[in-house]
Amino acid sequence: MAILEVKDLEVFYGVIQAIKGISFDVGQGEIIALIGANGAGKTTTLHTVTGLIRAKSGAIFYEGKDVTRIPGEKLVQMGIAHVPEGRRVFASMTVLQNLKMGAYTRKDKGEIAENLNMIYRRFPRLEERKNQLAGTLSGGEQQMLAMGRALMSHPKLIVMDEPSMGLSPIYVNEIFDIIQKINGDGTTVLLVEQNAKKALSIANRAYVLETGKIVLSGDASELMNNDSVKKAYLSE
Amino acid sequence: MSFLSCFISGISLGSIYAIIALGYTMVYGIAKMLNFAHGDIIMVGAFAAYTIVSTLGMPPILGVLAAVAVCTLLGVTVEKVAYKPLRGASSLAVLITAIGVSYLLQNLALLIFSANPKKFQSVVNLPALKLAGGELSISAVTIVTVLTCVVVMVCLTSFINKTKKGQAMLAVSEDRGAATLMGINVNGTIALTFAIGSALAAVAGVLYCSAYDTLNPYIGSMPGIKAFTAAVFGGIGSIPGAFIGGIILGIIEQLAKKYISSQLADAIVFAVLIIVLLVRPTGILGKKIHEKV
Repeated sequence: MAILEVKDLEVFYGVIQAIKGISFDVGQGEIIALIGANGAGKTTTLHTVTGLIRAKSGAIFYEGKDVTRIPGEKLVQMGIAHVPEGRRVFASMTVLQNLKMGAYTRKDKGEIAENLNMIYRRFPRLEERKNQLAGTLSGGEQQMLAMGRALMSHPKLIVMDEPSMGLSPIYVNEIFDIIQKINGDGTTVLLVEQNAKKALSIANRAYVLETGKIVLSGDASELMNNDSVKKAYLSE
Repeated sequence: MSFLSCFISGISLGSIYAIIALGYTMVYGIAKMLNFAHGDIIMVGAFAAYTIVSTLGMPPILGVLAAVAVCTLLGVTVEKVAYKPLRGASSLAVLITAIGVSYLLQNLALLIFSANPKKFQSVVNLPALKLAGGELSISAVTIVTVLTCVVVMVCLTSFINKTKKGQAMLAVSEDRGAATLMGINVNGTIALTFAIGSALAAVAGVLYCSAYDTLNPYIGSMPGIKAFTAAVFGGIGSIPGAFIGGIILGIIEQLAKKYISSQLADAIVFAVLIIVLLVRPTGILGKKIHEKV
């Protein structure tokens, strides 16, 4: 069953149409990659899914429920977390305060503490630096913090926007490892990446976006061998 | 001894500026707007207390509570009716609206209470504290004002650092979008900020009018502008900055009045602001913006 279903979505910025009627679905437990060039509409799609932007038309279903008009902060409570592009950690707050912000919608203190320990096990560096200001972390550490913060809401679906952007190759591998582990724990992942090769290597299925439209979709392994994908996104 | 007494009255005046400046700076930090109607909230608070205490003859403590209640409600209403529809509009549109709200409040007060100055009955009816064999006399209003400011500062700091709502405020002030992604209701947080800022303005209004005994519909504009100056002076958006800026400004104003010229005191206060901004554009405790990519 699809945990997320997007139907004929259209999104405008003023008079400019950014998303021109796209449909896609994300199955329970999958890793789905959205790939495409700059300006293709990947981030806009994610922002619409998590309620930061309103769609002009079309619908978004989450666990079978129409959530197109539900505000972003309510979607967090329903189990959708978003790791935004450029990490957007709260720079003037400590690592621990950032993580606690992630659990803002949760009430059970015991469960939150348990979740925090789980995140420290997954990201030992965050525990080492828990009292450090988030703004002083390296890019890779900030990415881990942004992921840890999103996981603190205990999401069923985690949406990640360019998690590897601007990171050194070592961190890139580590981040993709972690995404697979998060998925292994049962969290569904919707991933936007410019690093198409890496994204396709861990995804089940993928959609290729071009100027606001889906031009190609299919199993990640198939797309990896598709000639036009190879040429445009895998620089082969 | 006269220097000391002048210095103490500076701290007291500065405490009032600080309480008002806290409202300015919080609203600026979280809603990213300059609420130029903030000064007139002070006036409304003072009139609310005046109505309860002088017109209806009820005890001063009820006057203070009424002022806080009226201003909190007013602040939240103004935010909802005038500023919320402009979320995402240019900051100039919001600024003009705030000035419009300021005139609206002044003229409503003019209509209801007329332009004649009223005698404001102090809410603090205690004897002055005499020190050094009666040479140094500190009025009870002065003591209450300074104590109130300290209490407000301590409560506000622990609210922001220790409570979930306070942390949500910090998050919203830093990144509204990311705060939404945490499940924080941004509009609710902004409304809460206006509520707190306006409640503080009410307290400041009552203390200000208690110290100066007089009340008219324009009473809020000067302390409002001075407190705005204090907030910029301390670093707008910074809570300790508003506190320090307010106190320093109050002391400068009182010393200037005593030793230089009471007519030039305001000019001197604003000149100091200009100098500080030339040397440190972000104010004393203003945050430097550094982002790591």
